[in-house]
Amino acid sequence: MSNAQIQTLTDRVTTLAFDQHVLKAGFFGEQPFFVLADGAIHLGREKPALRPHDDAILVVAADQSRVVTGGDDGKVIETQPDGTTHILGDEKGRWIDAVTLGPDGSVAWSVGKTVRARDGKGKIRDLTVPSTPQGLGFAPKGYRLAIAHIDGATAWFPNMDAAPEKFDWKGPHLDITFSPDNRFLVTSMQENQLHGWRLSDKGHMRMSGYPGKTRSFAWSYDGLWLATSGAEAAIVWPFAKDGPTGKAPRECGIRPARVSQVAFHPKALVLAIGYEDGWVILVRFTDAAELLVRAGGDGTPITALAWDKDGKRLAFGSESGGGGLLTLPV
Amino acid sequence: MAVPEGLTMTATTPAHTPAPAGKIPVTVLTGYLGAGKTTLLNRILSEPHGKKYAVIVNEFGEIGIDNDLVVGADEEIFEMNNGCICCTVRGDLIRIIENLMKRKGRFDAIIVETTGLADPAPVAQTFFVDQDVQDKARLDAVVTVADAKWLAARLKDAPEAKNQIAFADVILLNKTDLVTPAELREVEARIRGINPYATLHKTQKCAVPLDAVLGRGAFDLERILEIEPAFLEKDDHDHHHDHDDHECGPGCSHGHHDHSHDHAHHHHGGLKHYHDEHIQSVSISHDGDVDPEKFMPWINDLVQKEGPSILRSKGILAFLKEPKRFVFQGVHMILDGDLQRDWKNDEKRVSRIVFIGRDLDAEALRAGFLACAA
Repeated sequence: MSNAQIQTLTDRVTTLAFDQHVLKAGFFGEQPFFVLADGAIHLGREKPALRPHDDAILVVAADQSRVVTGGDDGKVIETQPDGTTHILGDEKGRWIDAVTLGPDGSVAWSVGKTVRARDGKGKIRDLTVPSTPQGLGFAPKGYRLAIAHIDGATAWFPNMDAAPEKFDWKGPHLDITFSPDNRFLVTSMQENQLHGWRLSDKGHMRMSGYPGKTRSFAWSYDGLWLATSGAEAAIVWPFAKDGPTGKAPRECGIRPARVSQVAFHPKALVLAIGYEDGWVILVRFTDAAELLVRAGGDGTPITALAWDKDGKRLAFGSESGGGGLLTLPV
Repeated sequence: MAVPEGLTMTATTPAHTPAPAGKIPVTVLTGYLGAGKTTLLNRILSEPHGKKYAVIVNEFGEIGIDNDLVVGADEEIFEMNNGCICCTVRGDLIRIIENLMKRKGRFDAIIVETTGLADPAPVAQTFFVDQDVQDKARLDAVVTVADAKWLAARLKDAPEAKNQIAFADVILLNKTDLVTPAELREVEARIRGINPYATLHKTQKCAVPLDAVLGRGAFDLERILEIEPAFLEKDDHDHHHDHDDHECGPGCSHGHHDHSHDHAHHHHGGLKHYHDEHIQSVSISHDGDVDPEKFMPWINDLVQKEGPSILRSKGILAFLKEPKRFVFQGVHMILDGDLQRDWKNDEKRVSRIVFIGRDLDAEALRAGFLACAA
């Protein structure tokens, strides 16, 4: 990518400053929110930040109607768009390791080897896994939770008595995601690769070649592409038909800095890419056009990146607390 | 001649980032049960140093620690899937450090307290294997607290205690008030029989100046010499490791050596000269240059094959036609090496390596290293 070819959208970005590591950005309708590692949740710029936890926020998950945070106070707290908060769980000061959101108001979190799933009615079920989970993810359909841990993954229907299903692959698994069509389960691994299973027959897929760990996934709106961080380009795997086995991934936004965050546009094949040097660009799949959103800022990694529901605005935040809001030209 | 292209230290070595500036220092506290780790920890935390520490303790231990930021860890060790059979790391530590690093300005350093039964290697390796950890934090030193009264017994019945001594950069020989001077000399000699290179402090209630345990830079290649000024001194009497210190039964027929050298030695200073049955140190020096084209393949191959039994390794080498000194250090199979400052004009070009390990074949190591002579 050379600067001469790139179109820029930087004049459509409102710059924000938070001064603390941004864990997550997102939108409640029109209203952007930012969750910071020091414990602050910013809901709209005019209001003072909320601090639902005693201290730091460790993990966060969000959808269109709620932000759920796990703190180093051991609490799992839901914050709603109007700022009301509810304590969903209290693990007595133990660090919350992972949190994820599911359908119908469900949520799951883990603390040590214990995974708790809370359905929309508030019923909590527990599962103990052999090693501390690193990542959790709900299936797109049904109340089913996938848990990434050492030597594989476990898929669990919290409201059914059936034994959880095991997906074995040696090594430590980090984050986990179901494909939107519910046919594949994909994890990132400590050893700089992805692993995948076909749910129908547990067939394996190994996606390797990353120079760093993948810590950000994004599925395209049509569910056919999985974009990933961890290389000097966003690595985007094709999941049409039988998945990526035997196919080469697309490499989008090749730059001399590693990709730290990816976010697919909710309605078009446009990928937002955040880099470790603070750059943010958009790549349009149809013509591979690249659009500059942020040329580095303070040079620290992009740690949060999210589109609004309609794909008109993009929010981002960085490790040192830089942030911004892009509004696309109509 | 520079280090030849392609001869990086090993395939298991992560990219070395030479500038540790700005990285948070991490001190690892080990020690067998009851030796006084918590006493040392509380001493560190209560001194008026103006520094803020994040303390990672094992969640099963007794937590009597008064500190702003204490994190319970479950010491979950896993094996890296990288073809390196002894490359184990602490998964929980990766996660905790990643989270701690998001707290800007909240602390200046991290102290990791391990359980009494812990092997220090996975903790240390975590700082060399995980790139995210390596980018943000650096291992400062492994500090082992040993109980002067009970250590000798533990060295006999607890392999963990021996590992902790072997692995240490700094050893606090604590509770010296509970033993006689003769007993103290005895236990000190036992320690030196396992690890002659660590800095040793004799303490009561872990009373040491903080700079004796913190800010050591023991894993910093540039500081290996500062810490061990005697490192390059010729000292070749410690390479015969066929002397046992076990209690001999009547049927025992091996030659018994009293082996109480009285020569002045930098570390041992008149101590009885013990050789531990299983863990030894081997130091080999060559009065001159070594050929990097021979040395690099040899050391890489050595740690690949013998990594599980080599606990720590260090070396300072004069490479053929290279004006700078090559310095390396390693933990099991993981090696970290780089060219450091120039050899001074009045400095003798000597190549020296040391190993601390389990059942090392000293003669094979010696022959292998000397075959790399230029």
